[in-house]
Amino acid sequence: MVELKTQYLGLELKNPLVASASPLSKKLDGIRRLEDAGVSAVVMYSLFEEQIVHESLALDHYLTRGSDSFAEALTYFPDLGRYNVGPEGYLELIRKAKESVSIPIIGSLNGVSSGGWIEYARLIQEAGADALELNLYYLPTDPALTAEELEANYVALVADIRKQIRIPLAVKLSPFFTALPNFAHKLAQAGANGLVLFNRFYQPDFDIETLEVVPSLVLSTSDELRLPLRWIAILYGRVAVDMALSSGVHTGQDVIKALMAGAKVAMTTSALLKHGVKRASEILQEMQEWMETFEYQSVQQMIGSMSQQAVAEPAAFERANYMKALLTYDNRMIY
Amino acid sequence: MSRQVITIDANEAVAHVAYRLNEVIAIYPITPSSGMGELADEWSAKGIPNIWGTVPLVVEMQSEGGAAGAVHGALQTGSLCTTFTASQGLLLMIPNMYKIAGELTPAVIHVSARTVATHALSIFGDHSDVMATRQTGWALLASRSVQEAHDNALIAQAATLESRVPFLHFFDGFRTSHEINKIEFLSEDDLRAMIDYELVSQHRARALSPDHPFIRGTAQNPDVFFQARERCNPYYEACPEIVQKVMDRFAQLTGRQYHLFDYAGAPDAERVIILMGSGAETAEETARYLIERGEKVGVVTVHLYRPFSARHLMKALPATVRKIAVLDRTKEPGAAGEPLYEDVVAAVYEGLSQGFAPFKQAPVIVGGRYGLSSKEFTPAMVKAVFDELQKDQPRNHFTVGIEDDVSRLSLSYDPSFSIEDPQTVRCVFFGLGADGTVSANKNSIKIIGEETDNYAQGYFVYDSKKSGSVTISHLRFGPKPIRAPYLIGEGDANFVACHQFSFLERLDVLKYAKPGGIFLLNSIYPADKVWDELPREVQEEIIAKKLRFYVIDAYEVANKTGMGGRINTIMQTCFFAISGVLPQDEAIAQIKKSIQKTYGKRGEAVVQRNFAAVDQALAHLQEVKVPDKVTATRTRRKPVADEAPEFVRETLAPMMIFEGDRLPVSKLPADGTFPSGTAKWEKRNIALEIPVWDPEVCIQCGKCVMVCPHAVIRQKVYDPKYLENAPATFKSTDARFKEFPGMKYTLQVSPEDCTGCALCVEACPAKNKSQVGLKAINMAPQPPLREQERENWEFFLSLPEVDRAAISVSTVKNSQLLEPLFEFSGACAGCGETPYLKLMSQLFGDRVVIANATGCSSIYGGNLPTTPWTFNREGRGPAWSNSLFEDNAEFGLGMRLTIDKQTEFARELLQSLAAQVGESLVDAILKADQRSEAGIREQRQRVALLKERLAGINDLRARLLMDVADFLVRKSVWIVGGDGWAYDIGYGGLDHVLASGRDVNILVLDTEVYSNTGGQASKATPRAAVAKFAANGKGLPKKDLGLIAMTYGYVYVAKVAMGANDQHTLKAFLEADAYEGPSLIIAYSHCIAHGIDMRKGLDQQRLAVQSGAWPLFRYNPMLLDEGKNPLILDSKEPSIPLADYVYNETRYRMLAQSDEQRAELLLKAAQEDVKRRWLQYKQMAEMVMKINGNGHESAPAQD
Repeated sequence: MVELKTQYLGLELKNPLVASASPLSKKLDGIRRLEDAGVSAVVMYSLFEEQIVHESLALDHYLTRGSDSFAEALTYFPDLGRYNVGPEGYLELIRKAKESVSIPIIGSLNGVSSGGWIEYARLIQEAGADALELNLYYLPTDPALTAEELEANYVALVADIRKQIRIPLAVKLSPFFTALPNFAHKLAQAGANGLVLFNRFYQPDFDIETLEVVPSLVLSTSDELRLPLRWIAILYGRVAVDMALSSGVHTGQDVIKALMAGAKVAMTTSALLKHGVKRASEILQEMQEWMETFEYQSVQQMIGSMSQQAVAEPAAFERANYMKALLTYDNRMIY
Repeated sequence: MSRQVITIDANEAVAHVAYRLNEVIAIYPITPSSGMGELADEWSAKGIPNIWGTVPLVVEMQSEGGAAGAVHGALQTGSLCTTFTASQGLLLMIPNMYKIAGELTPAVIHVSARTVATHALSIFGDHSDVMATRQTGWALLASRSVQEAHDNALIAQAATLESRVPFLHFFDGFRTSHEINKIEFLSEDDLRAMIDYELVSQHRARALSPDHPFIRGTAQNPDVFFQARERCNPYYEACPEIVQKVMDRFAQLTGRQYHLFDYAGAPDAERVIILMGSGAETAEETARYLIERGEKVGVVTVHLYRPFSARHLMKALPATVRKIAVLDRTKEPGAAGEPLYEDVVAAVYEGLSQGFAPFKQAPVIVGGRYGLSSKEFTPAMVKAVFDELQKDQPRNHFTVGIEDDVSRLSLSYDPSFSIEDPQTVRCVFFGLGADGTVSANKNSIKIIGEETDNYAQGYFVYDSKKSGSVTISHLRFGPKPIRAPYLIGEGDANFVACHQFSFLERLDVLKYAKPGGIFLLNSIYPADKVWDELPREVQEEIIAKKLRFYVIDAYEVANKTGMGGRINTIMQTCFFAISGVLPQDEAIAQIKKSIQKTYGKRGEAVVQRNFAAVDQALAHLQEVKVPDKVTATRTRRKPVADEAPEFVRETLAPMMIFEGDRLPVSKLPADGTFPSGTAKWEKRNIALEIPVWDPEVCIQCGKCVMVCPHAVIRQKVYDPKYLENAPATFKSTDARFKEFPGMKYTLQVSPEDCTGCALCVEACPAKNKSQVGLKAINMAPQPPLREQERENWEFFLSLPEVDRAAISVSTVKNSQLLEPLFEFSGACAGCGETPYLKLMSQLFGDRVVIANATGCSSIYGGNLPTTPWTFNREGRGPAWSNSLFEDNAEFGLGMRLTIDKQTEFARELLQSLAAQVGESLVDAILKADQRSEAGIREQRQRVALLKERLAGINDLRARLLMDVADFLVRKSVWIVGGDGWAYDIGYGGLDHVLASGRDVNILVLDTEVYSNTGGQASKATPRAAVAKFAANGKGLPKKDLGLIAMTYGYVYVAKVAMGANDQHTLKAFLEADAYEGPSLIIAYSHCIAHGIDMRKGLDQQRLAVQSGAWPLFRYNPMLLDEGKNPLILDSKEPSIPLADYVYNETRYRMLAQSDEQRAELLLKAAQEDVKRRWLQYKQMAEMVMKINGNGHESAPAQD
């Protein structure tokens, strides 16, 4: 029997497969089903700063619009007493999840400003979350905004949140940083206990008949594993944080690769959305079988075993890797 | 015992008592009483219990008649039951009121008294509704203020239980129902102390029950009915004394002593006014003022009007009275006098003849009318009445408050007479509905009333527009209770604020300002620049009255703080800062506290933005150093252009600038008849941005023209020769119409009539190929374009209209060349209803008679000052009328019956006159094919010729035919109304009219709520949507009116959504009109009450169809004759989840936000509704059926 236990953000997890933030955790029932399928922890769907602000302003706008303008219709809606436009519904779900499942629950907060909303971090902690994942999901479009400023903002935000809470804090990043190791290091110094690599941006598409920019949601494939795999392998041992690999985890083998690169856990969503929550138990089964076949005793044994520092040819992760791939490709063309 | 003091309006004050004292509440919306029902429904939804610990059951009925029936049934089975209503609603309750009283059933209903519609509808207040119930046997208890309404709601309940006489408790609609005032709130203990449960128990014991059965509601014959009817007398005799005892008990409890007739005035008064309602408070305060100045006057306030106790009245009157004026807030044309007057005359006569009068000699008694439809009733008018009584022969049956230059009945009064207490601060605010001025003032008055020792009063005046409406807020506060149920008078306001700079150009804002007062202006011009921008009249008034003048650029602050167009908190902060009601810091703390309370539950972001607005406001407030001379070069604008017709200039124009009160009787029509097409004279200039046409990108599809709710964007095709005199900036391009080779095309916008809704831009399918964000029309700021486009618009109008007979109107593109005969209504910007009406006016407007149910469409269609139904160059246009809410289908059927009968008569006469008129003409007229525009035109020409010939024939039949000859040209009847009418209150009539088989076209503008009264649920409200009266989300699915109508088999039925398929809508309108039987079109009308971005209204229509929530179909009985299935499904199988449609709308979202579980449950059920209905329709449309036993089968229609 192989030992699947791992530690992530100081949490004892029964295996290295974690459900990442997704609509699957929007309902208590979904969280229960994730636990039943065998995942070792659930990252809750993200509480979006932008969404909270927008919902609140939109609700206010529509409840107010048209009111006190016309004598017969001084309002258009009844007063319902309370609205869950703030974080209350989210917090309540964490509370209920903590009561109903035994695996750790990781709250997820998505925001980019150091406004009053970071108070939500504390509220998530108080609701019983075992850890918090901060999702830095922001697309800079202002040419006046420099990378330094942006990174400094992020770091300040992490530090602010760190001050708000005592539970572990992970930061989920996009891959688009010029000097990722340095930035990762700064985040760790600001108080991040973990890094989740990487966030997937949903890239909009064009409809060339209607001339509209249309949102497009494409689930990940195993191919996407390679980007986080490389970066985790590079960062492992260089930055003092736990890492989680997210994006492209679809099979037991994908999980094993994540661990070997240096991740403490692998996070999955697309596989579960595509095949149903029960896919988690199959992934775990595949992983276990692989470990048995190749005679691995524990997950601990393989974490970081193929990190850049651990492999025989560290340059394989660096630029040469790219060149070599191209050459290989060219060679094949000739033959 | 100290009680809570709160600042609320009378609707809320009454609802608080009624809700806590009842178990069953049957409601139906009607202005101005709707607020009471809405609160009851909200409280019930929130689970708030009554004084017996159970949550009252609140049920919406299909009409007030239905509510009265439900009340009757609930009472008969032992519930404590109430309802709230007014006006026509109360009239619908009358039959049940007789029954409830006849059965001696304790109950209280609460009425915010409102004008009954006569020559016109009015939503405002008088006693004509209540007076129409005085014969029903109900006790009528009148309140004159917010506090009294609160108190009397309880007194009535206690008295009804003891007396068994049912009570109608009433107070003045708007003036009291909507006045915010500071009152002492009755606690639950107060309510319990006043209600003797033993009496409730007795009521229950009298209830129908199979456990102790009896029969009530028998039919009686001449032998006993009379005697039985007299059997109730002892109860009525006892009732007044019971009420007085209850009032006495109430006084012991609260210190507020009421009497059936309350006398206030000099003990030796010689002149007395008797009246009831809010006017009594004004009269009493005026009498007090006059007594202090030595006059011997007094006022009797009538509280218990029925049962009318002559003895109590005599007891109330001072023995010294010599002259009495009885004032009625109602009119009974043809009566000996108005009702209260007659009652007083009878009482005095009886008092004298039976010896219970306090005087020996009969006083002179005169009657007068005042205050109809919330006409102001001021101290000046009261004084005029007292002055009239001083005359040897005071005028009888007079009016006061108007200038009657026709019957010469009106008393003149001095408008400058004022009794305002110098310690009371008076403030008048001009704002736009959309800028939040009223909300801010309601908030301020609550702060002042509840957070300071001051007494406070707020009353709000609105114009009749649903977009760009002007509001005027009247606020009073001070150390003494405020008993002034009338507007702040000219020259009486210490503080005047104008929240929109543009108002200064057309309204006399400063007439309210008191010399030495303060003027606060929201201005884009700073303190050192603003003076030169003011019109001359404003400068003159500021100087003459020595006003202190402040400015703030509130829109700049609002923009900076993310408040958008809402300047409410900013202006409110300035008001507190300048007026000094509270120390500045405290005022700001209170405003913030109130923001937290009001907006807190909507989220922190909202609160923070408002806080920021408060903080920024003071920094931007500037005092203007007022120059000592007038520098202005321009004056205030005239309300209408000089070329407007005289009636518009002299009668309608004053109304546009809030000066309608000054119009004398002679300026108004005697029978409610007004000219059509007056909206075009009221240039409102409310759009900040207007659409601008790009001819290069335009594909001339006409979609923008079709969807424009206000008919401000139009297209024309014309001969290039007309361009010779075109203004320089007039745009034109080659027409792309196959029917019009070589012609020019223009798409033109009326800049001053546009509301800026941008629906046209959303509808535009053409995108600029180099910059896809641009379309063939794009929004641009209005002010720089105003002059140029006004000139272009005028020129555009001068171009000839398309020849209706020359085109086929069956395409959207062509149909939109037709001139709209419904334009520039006051509907909401982006209204979803009006495009359908406009389309109907384009297609059939020159031969249509319209019956319009009361509701949004009757308000934007027929509310003065100006109205949108208009006429073409030939002088033809829609003939429009509104009867009631409930009877519209029948009203329209009556119109059809006239047309059918007169057409038949005309044909009969024509045949009989064939020899004189000429056989060939007669034959041509009788056999004319009028299915096409060309056919109609030819028939019109024939009828014109016929009339010419008739003029020369000396025969009575020729005279008869002359009057009905126009009926020989085909006419259409359109019966128009909203879902509240069609699904609920008017459904019985609608069903009957459909069943009649007559050729009428019924257009249901389905917004899925009662839009006009503020969004109450109807049976058209879909499952899972929140509406008032369905605060928990509607639990049952929308009634399928179309399906019901289809069951007749001979009714043309179509369900349309212009935003989803405009061509389908057009087709349905044409088919409905062509079908020579009843037609029903149910039209999806997006609405402000859906809580959507109105620009996206068309998108929502599309999503409604795609989700299956609104399947498009036509059921055409004509197809049966062709052996086809009459039902054609015109939309595809649902392709998106219902959630993708509904969660773009606040009405659905707010339930998900407040009760996620219920929202989920209801959404799931609603999704199932959609699926099920689709399957049902699909099966029906695919059905192959045998018809008429002919043996042939009908295949699904192919279309």
